Amino acid sequence: MENLIALLVAAPLVGAALLLCGGKRLDRTGHWIGTLLAVASFAVGVALFADMLGRSADHRAMHQYLFSWIPVGGFRADVAFQLDQLSMTFVLLITGVGSLIHIYSIGYMEHDERRRRFFGYLNLFLAAMLLLVLADNYLLLYVGWEGVGLASYLLIGFWQHKPSAATAAKKAFLVNRVGDMGLSIAIMLMFTTFGTFAFGPVLAATGATSEGKLTAIGLMLLLAACGKSAQVPLQSWLGDAMEGPTPVSALIHAATMVTAGVYLITRSGAVFNAAPDAQLAVVVVGAVTLLYGAIVGCAKDDIKKALAGSTMSQIGYMVLAAGLGPIGYAFAIMHLVTHGFFKAGLFLGAGSVMHGMNDEVDMRKYGGLRKYMPVTFLTFGLGYLAIIGFPGLSGFFSKDKIIEAAFAKGGTEGWILGGAALLGAAVTAFYMTRVMLMTFFGEKRWDPKETHPHESPKIMTVPMIVLAVGSVFAGGLFSINESFVTWLEPVTSFAHGHSPVSATTVTASTIVVLLLGVGTAWLMYGRKPVPALAPRGSLLTRAARRDLLQDDFNDLVFVRGGTHLTTTLVQLDRSLVDGAVNGTAASMGGLSSLLRRLQTGFVRSYAVQMLGGAAVLVAATLLMRGV
Amino acid sequence: MNPVYYLYLAALLFTIGAAGVLIRRNAIVVFMCIELMLNACNLAFVTFSRMHGNLDGQIIAFFTMVVAAAEVVVGLAIIVSIFRTRHTASVDDASLMKL
Amino acid sequence: MSTLAAAASTGEAVQFWLLGTVAVIGALCTVLMKRAVHSALSLAGTMIVLAVFYLANGAYFLGVVQIVVYTGAIMMLFLFVVMLVGVTAADSLKETLKGQRWLAAGLGIGFGILLIAGIGNASLKEFNGLGEANAGGNVQGLAALIFTKYVFAFEITGALLITAAVGAMVLTHRERTERARTQREQSEARVREGKQVPPLPAPGVYARHNAVDIPGLLPDGTPSDLTVSPTLRERGQIRDVSRESLAELKALERRTEDWLGRTSGEEPRPPSSGGTTPTERKEEAKK
Repeated sequence: MENLIALLVAAPLVGAALLLCGGKRLDRTGHWIGTLLAVASFAVGVALFADMLGRSADHRAMHQYLFSWIPVGGFRADVAFQLDQLSMTFVLLITGVGSLIHIYSIGYMEHDERRRRFFGYLNLFLAAMLLLVLADNYLLLYVGWEGVGLASYLLIGFWQHKPSAATAAKKAFLVNRVGDMGLSIAIMLMFTTFGTFAFGPVLAATGATSEGKLTAIGLMLLLAACGKSAQVPLQSWLGDAMEGPTPVSALIHAATMVTAGVYLITRSGAVFNAAPDAQLAVVVVGAVTLLYGAIVGCAKDDIKKALAGSTMSQIGYMVLAAGLGPIGYAFAIMHLVTHGFFKAGLFLGAGSVMHGMNDEVDMRKYGGLRKYMPVTFLTFGLGYLAIIGFPGLSGFFSKDKIIEAAFAKGGTEGWILGGAALLGAAVTAFYMTRVMLMTFFGEKRWDPKETHPHESPKIMTVPMIVLAVGSVFAGGLFSINESFVTWLEPVTSFAHGHSPVSATTVTASTIVVLLLGVGTAWLMYGRKPVPALAPRGSLLTRAARRDLLQDDFNDLVFVRGGTHLTTTLVQLDRSLVDGAVNGTAASMGGLSSLLRRLQTGFVRSYAVQMLGGAAVLVAATLLMRGV
Repeated sequence: MNPVYYLYLAALLFTIGAAGVLIRRNAIVVFMCIELMLNACNLAFVTFSRMHGNLDGQIIAFFTMVVAAAEVVVGLAIIVSIFRTRHTASVDDASLMKL
Repeated sequence: MSTLAAAASTGEAVQFWLLGTVAVIGALCTVLMKRAVHSALSLAGTMIVLAVFYLANGAYFLGVVQIVVYTGAIMMLFLFVVMLVGVTAADSLKETLKGQRWLAAGLGIGFGILLIAGIGNASLKEFNGLGEANAGGNVQGLAALIFTKYVFAFEITGALLITAAVGAMVLTHRERTERARTQREQSEARVREGKQVPPLPAPGVYARHNAVDIPGLLPDGTPSDLTVSPTLRERGQIRDVSRESLAELKALERRTEDWLGRTSGEEPRPPSSGGTTPTERKEEAKK
């Protein structure tokens, strides 16, 4: 069975190569080829999953060695795959959601001239993402990490004729580079510390390594995760990334790629477990981001950007959980999977709405769409209920567990983290209800003459329905007998947290804050009509509309600061370095032009000099003799 | 008379020759002054030979003469070829090497 | 002679002071004479004096070589080159390099003082004399040294001389790159150019002067440079006698007029006015 692992990566990779190199001949069939290969990859994943389930928990991990990539002396970097429970979870999520989104895209991108290229990029993304989660060492993971970054760049800027899309792609790429630098530094540190990159030896050796080094590695890994998963302080690219086509937002910027940071932290759990300072940094980043994203999500009128804020916030939950250590890893991954379902569903729903509304994204120009798009409304509504944590749906189970684990962190930290997570849950309920009300309820705020809202074709609604089903049942399924936790335990290890508050209290308070959030939103957007033009709003609202001034901050500190720094350096270079060099040259030149006067070109002048020299020699000889 | 006076004479001739090299511009005369300096040296060598009572000084003077002969041949050939191309024998005119 | 004393005799002293003065004067003349020929001759004199000194110092072989090789061969080579370059081409006395003379004079005097001070301070009291060394004959003694102790230097000197000979040939030899023109071709070229087809006029007309440096006179009495060798023309060595002959002519005319008893109111016309040549006028006068 191991030999099939490479097929997971190979299928979409072949698809990408075919579609990107195939030329116009494949314009008609390209999307089918891409979809087929994505589904094939999913099928292989399912087969491997079935095989894995058939074995006992300790023998489930599989390994496939392909070839030695960089053999240098005693050092070896291999291209080898490792398929354990954690990877398996990701493989199923990536290929499953990926396949659904491929299918959806066939309808969504129907009128786009460059659909073949789009599917090529999607396949490229799948291959890179699978490489990322299947790699058995950090170096190969890095290849996948960069690959998804590239695919993300290409897909955000897919409509490159729009300057905003091109800029957004560039921004995403640049911000991601900061994180990637963290990962590369972390890999270098690992090499100097452990002499290898492979997961097994590195993670096994953490016990015997000094905490300082592990903290450094952990912080660098966290930086990498922040970049890829849009966590504070590298969060600024995700909102702009919504310039890409909606399926891309659903697949890459909601369900899979942005969760790579969570995967990295979970995979490197042993490093973080041994470095409490790094772990603390992780939880702080998670807690800050979950509130940050939620606040931004409250103020956005662009449906996709509101959802992007939500994504940021939900990933904040996952990072928070991953930072809690063994009591949180499993819940982080569980939330990741359920979030993959409902957030992909929500994005596809948003895409469906846009599809019916002439690509309008401003929610203030929606309203009352539930009658026109019943399927979209239904699936979006189920996703909505799942994300706010409505009891019985996926989000409820996963988010509740994270809040519980946050409290179980213990001490003041536990209270702060738990409080933040609860507050986040309330805000989540508020902004999601706002999105729901502004889009599907209330009166029409669009011009019926120009806009003719309609339900999307089956090829788009079917994936939405499948994802909605997942959003409803996944959480419950995972929680029966703690099946998901048991499944992941061999990889991530698991410990029951001892919460100062009982599980029932947490659940009850979650439901209370949920109702509070929904109620507030209904008071503000459901009871009274929504103005078609955004009101000025409070200071916080205005700041949140501008992503809490993150771009202004970056502009001020990094862009301006960088410009100043480089200008200063250039000045220094000109005045000091060049000055010294040119000064030396000039002084030599001046000295030479003085000395040059001795070189008249007249033999007799030289003869005078020679005779003078001879006279000096004779005089010196006489003096030495003591005359 | 002490033969050391020959040395004084040699020094005097040498100095006159050196001054001639510095003052004269005609390449041929400059050459003659150099010959004068060589001859002054030879006189000194011969005198030394007499002082020390062996013939090594005379041998050196002999070699000096041979070398001077070779030098004169080549030097005059150079002067002739310069004169042919530049129609002058002045050493100041051959100053093209300066910047 | 073979028993040359360490200290010089009185005769040698007289010889030294006389010939030494001559040598110094010759050296000074070498440096100071305007013309290269004079310099060369002065130098030859100095060298001969030096040859005598060599002999006086017991270096008989060198004395002879000095006269034969230096004065006889090298100085003649100098003279030859001087003639080639231009025997009368004198240096202009104006110094072109700024301060060169002062520097040369200062350095020369300083250097001379240093040398003389050095010699004066050296303890040169004892002289061995060449009596022993020249016992078997000066030439034999030199030969014994040259072919034993200095044999390598001697061989290398041979190589040096050959190199010098080859070098001199390379430097002065000019390859003829085209065939020399025959006399016929030269005359044809002359006719084609239309310039001076007949032979050039001979110098020294009037049979008063037939030296080559006297230009022939044209019918109007002016001298023609064409009649003199171009080399002399270049050097500016033409002796112009036309004025003398014109003056003589004038005197003759006056005497004739006196003899004929004419009034001397009529001035003879200036020769440049053309028309009649002086010869015609003389003939008229004779009538």
